[in-house]
This record gives sequence, C-alpha cells and structure tokens, in this order.
Amino acid sequence: MSAIKADTIIEPYVLENRGQSLFQVNRRVFVDDKILTLEERRIFDKCWLYIGHESELPEPGDFLTRDVGGRELIFVRSQDDVVRAFFNTCPHRGAIVCREKQGNEKMFRCMYHAWAFDLGGKLISRPEDERYHAEGGDDIHDLVSVAHLENYRGLYFVNFDEAATEDLSSYLAGAKEFIDLTVDQSEVGMEIVGGTQEYGFDANWKLLAENSFDGYHGMPTHTTYFDYVIAAGGQLGDAGTRVNEIHDLGNGHAAIEYGGPWGRPVAKSVAGWGEQGEADTAALRAGLERRFGKERADRIAYHNFNMLIFPNLVINNIMAVTFRTFYPQAANKQHVKAWALAPKDESKIMRQRRLYNFLEFLGPGGFATPDDCEALKMCQQGYQNLNYTAWNDISKGMGENSQITTDEEQMRVFWREWDRRIQGAEK
Amino acid sequence: MSVTLTQRSDVTVTRSELEDFLFYEAALLDAWELTEWLTLFAEGADYWVPPAGSSDDADPANKLFYVADDYFRLTERVKRLGKKAAHVEWPKSRCRHLVSNVRILDGTDDSFRVTSNFVTYRSKNGSTEIYLGHHIYTMSLTGGDIKILKKVSFLDVDNLNDQGKVSIII
Repeated sequence: MSAIKADTIIEPYVLENRGQSLFQVNRRVFVDDKILTLEERRIFDKCWLYIGHESELPEPGDFLTRDVGGRELIFVRSQDDVVRAFFNTCPHRGAIVCREKQGNEKMFRCMYHAWAFDLGGKLISRPEDERYHAEGGDDIHDLVSVAHLENYRGLYFVNFDEAATEDLSSYLAGAKEFIDLTVDQSEVGMEIVGGTQEYGFDANWKLLAENSFDGYHGMPTHTTYFDYVIAAGGQLGDAGTRVNEIHDLGNGHAAIEYGGPWGRPVAKSVAGWGEQGEADTAALRAGLERRFGKERADRIAYHNFNMLIFPNLVINNIMAVTFRTFYPQAANKQHVKAWALAPKDESKIMRQRRLYNFLEFLGPGGFATPDDCEALKMCQQGYQNLNYTAWNDISKGMGENSQITTDEEQMRVFWREWDRRIQGAEK
Repeated sequence: MSVTLTQRSDVTVTRSELEDFLFYEAALLDAWELTEWLTLFAEGADYWVPPAGSSDDADPANKLFYVADDYFRLTERVKRLGKKAAHVEWPKSRCRHLVSNVRILDGTDDSFRVTSNFVTYRSKNGSTEIYLGHHIYTMSLTGGDIKILKKVSFLDVDNLNDQGKVSIII
C-alpha cells in the first residue's frame, strides 16, 4: 500500500527554473488519484484523442469497437461511406450494443431487448414499438455520436468536449509535418497491418509518454537490442544521416529526429538485407525523389523520429512505423494499444522485412519494449519513497545552446502542456 | 498412440515418447537452461507466438505477432536472455511450465505435428502472471532424435493486459 496521504497538498506539480537550468516534476503526479481525476477532466475530456486509421474500415459496414479515453466506442464506416463514432451503449438500458471487436454488419442489435440501430446510429426497430409514446425529440432513442470526429490524412481522432472550439488540424499544429513524413512513404496510402497489440503494466501512463521519445535511455536500457542489431548486420554509428534534433511542435506535441543503425523498409537498407535489399531501397528512394525532390526524399528515407502527440498518441517512425496509445486504468496502471503501419503498395519481401524489424524491437515479445516496461515499473515502485525523495529531474540539455535527442527538452514540452491543462488554463 | 512417417515404416514415435520430450523441454525452461533448450531445435527452426486469440493458421507475413523468430533470431533471443542487461528477466523470474493434453495431429514424409495444452506461471517482484494456451509443434526424427522444426505457442487469452509481455519462452 502506498504511504501517501490522500489529503496531502502536492502543488506545485512542475517546477521550471531556467536560471538554474533545472526542471523537476513532482513524483506525486504519478501516484495520486486526485491527479488522475484532474487528468480525466482536463486532458482526456478535452483533447483530441486518436481512435483509429481509415484502413481499419475499408468497406461500408466495417466496424470495430475500441475503448478510447475511458469510453467504449463503436468506430464504423456506414453504408453511406461516412466514418462515424458512437458511444457503444444502448439508449434503452445502457448495455454494450456491439460486443464484437470488429466485423462487417448492416445493423447493430442490442442483445438485451433487441433494439436495433442502423450504422448511422438511428433506431430502426424494437419489439412492441407500438407501446412507446414518449415525446422529446426524434433522436432520444438513437445511439449517441461522439461530439467530434475528424481525420488528418487517414488518422481519425475524437474529441468528447461538446464545447471544443479548436479543430483537429489546428490542434495537431506542427505534428502534421511528421504525420506527413510518415504518410508520404506511399503514393497510394498507408494501412494498419495485422491487428492491434494490447498489453498492460503497472506504471503511470505519463511514464510511457516520456519513455516513447526518450533518446537518453536507449543505450543503457537497450544494450541487448543493439548487440542483436550488430549480430544481424547493422552497424552502430552508420546513421545514414547526421541529424540529431528535438522539435517543439506546439500544443504539447514534440518529436526527436535522428539517424539510426537499423534498416528502414521505407528506403534504407542494411547489410543483413543483402544486395537485393540495397536494390529494393534504391528503387524506393528513386520514387520518393521523383515525388518530393532529393532533400525531402532523404528525410523520409533516412530520418527516424519518435513523436508524442499530446496527450498520448505516439508515432514512432523508426525500424518500422508504430502507432501507440496508452490510457490510465489507475494512477499506477495503464493499458497500451499498439499498431504497425505500412505502405499499402509495399512488396511482399519488404513487408516481411518490416514486420521482422517491428518484432525485433517493438511489442510485448520484442527485444526492447519489455525492458522499457520493466524500467517504468521500477520507477513506479520507486515512487513509494516519494515522501523522502520527491522530484523527478528532467533538466538534461537545459542551459545548452542547442538540443540533441539525448536531451530532455521534448519531455519538458509535454510537461509544460500537462501542467498548463491540469492547472485549469483555458486554451 | 503413435505416428509413423508416411514414407518410412521403420520410423515410429509414440505419444509417450513425445510426452517425455515435452516434459523435458518444460523442465529446461523452468530451470532457465535455454542454451540446452535450443539444442532441441533443428537448425533453421522457427519459434512463433501469434497475437492473442489467433486461429491455428495465423501467419506472421500478415499478422502482427508477439514473436516470429527464425533460427537466427531465436539464437539471439537465447543469448539476450542469458544477459544481465535483459532487464525484464533480471533478476530471473521464477517459471513453472505445465504441459498436458498431448496429441499427435498428423505426419508427412519427414515430419509430424504434435499439440499440447499449456499453463505457464511466471513470478517476479511480488506478482504472478499466467500464460495459457496451446502449442503446435512440427517435429522431425533424425537419427532417432526428436528435433523441433517449428514451435507455435497460441495464447488463449483476449489480450496481454494482465501479462504485459512475452519475455519468457512459454
């Protein structure tokens, strides 16, 4: 059990002292249920949250059910080819209406009293309908739509705030550039490959936000992964590029951009892929150059980035492309969903290289992600001592003229926005 | 029950022999004797863990598996798990692999398939995770020795929200 008193006054949450080049986060923000409640109200109820990718609903009638920000949602492409998001709750008694993870349907029928809804959410039938005489609008017995659903280049986001005034495009701000760099890998579009990875672990969700673009932990945490990369024919230091930058993308979004020793199926080969790999990636680079010119083509081909779109969409464009969301189940527990994204027109061999690459680093069976989760669990466990050692240090790089990816400015971007919203500041 | 390779009437293996083999494999995994465990596999063998809830024909070419190791990466996985820097498994978790319901599925010219049910418990740092499901092995008999050509471990769970990872060999 935690030794933390529920009524302890914990502010300030975030301390930034530029004069002393010191940035600290109060460890109570990782353990306190009151903070979790504030996060639900001021972050997850207000921000644009990723729900899914257009490729997951290719045909009219395709649907999937997904919990997003603590809500059970139906994400569906209706018969009229419009993508919609509903709360997965029957207006009658509240039961979950759609109980399958995904599929293709013409209607949703509640198991409890057999109320049936079309894919636009309209009530279309119910037993003994003639005995209902309620007045109060035509739609009170329909499925309820999520307040806002918008997409940017095939990435769909919801916003639960009826009063939200900022559209998705404006919210994403500078993050759009990095979404573009990912989506532009293919002329015909990108697709989610092979389903959703779902896993959970005992650590506060913000620890994974930090970890997902923490360039400082790479070598110490993942030395066994880099051993593997060398054994597989990669070369450490063979970055393909010298870029090493941190980007503040606005609205709490940030990214690190850097070279890496691994092959990138978009268009960067490694020795392990042989001459064929070099030929395949040269052809892909030529296609990128034709579409974008050499400078941008090289950036798409060679540059890795890890981006966090506030509060909790990670897009890591590294040895493969992964999307990841993570939500608190409690202050000390989170559930993660992760996906792989790939060009729709990718060759079979390159798709194999991509998925092989993905699994060697990423996911619950990878050579790296389980060690990340272990590190975050150890942080969470360490916070039991916070009455004696109360502050996380996120100061690396402060006082320097420029920021490199092993610095921590990207995390400071996250924390400033987190603190601003938790303090109740209006946009 | 036994299986006879279709083209080789002289090569027969019984369920009892296969159980001995699978129980020995489980004992090696419980003891973290992974280098020895790897010798149960033929060179070129595969080790796969498909995503939770997969059907038996799941293919890593189009599904996002948890593990889809060829022999090279399986060898690297064993090397990794032998290192202190494999943080998730250091200090080592305590594991117990239970194997049951062993059945011979079918045989071809030079290999046969065996299935078993499993429950694997992993304990570390005050908590215990449970992995349950079924394995499907493809095996060969070379020089009288059983060798694994392919091991696929299907997790009969909805997701890994409770387990978090597949950091052990299940």
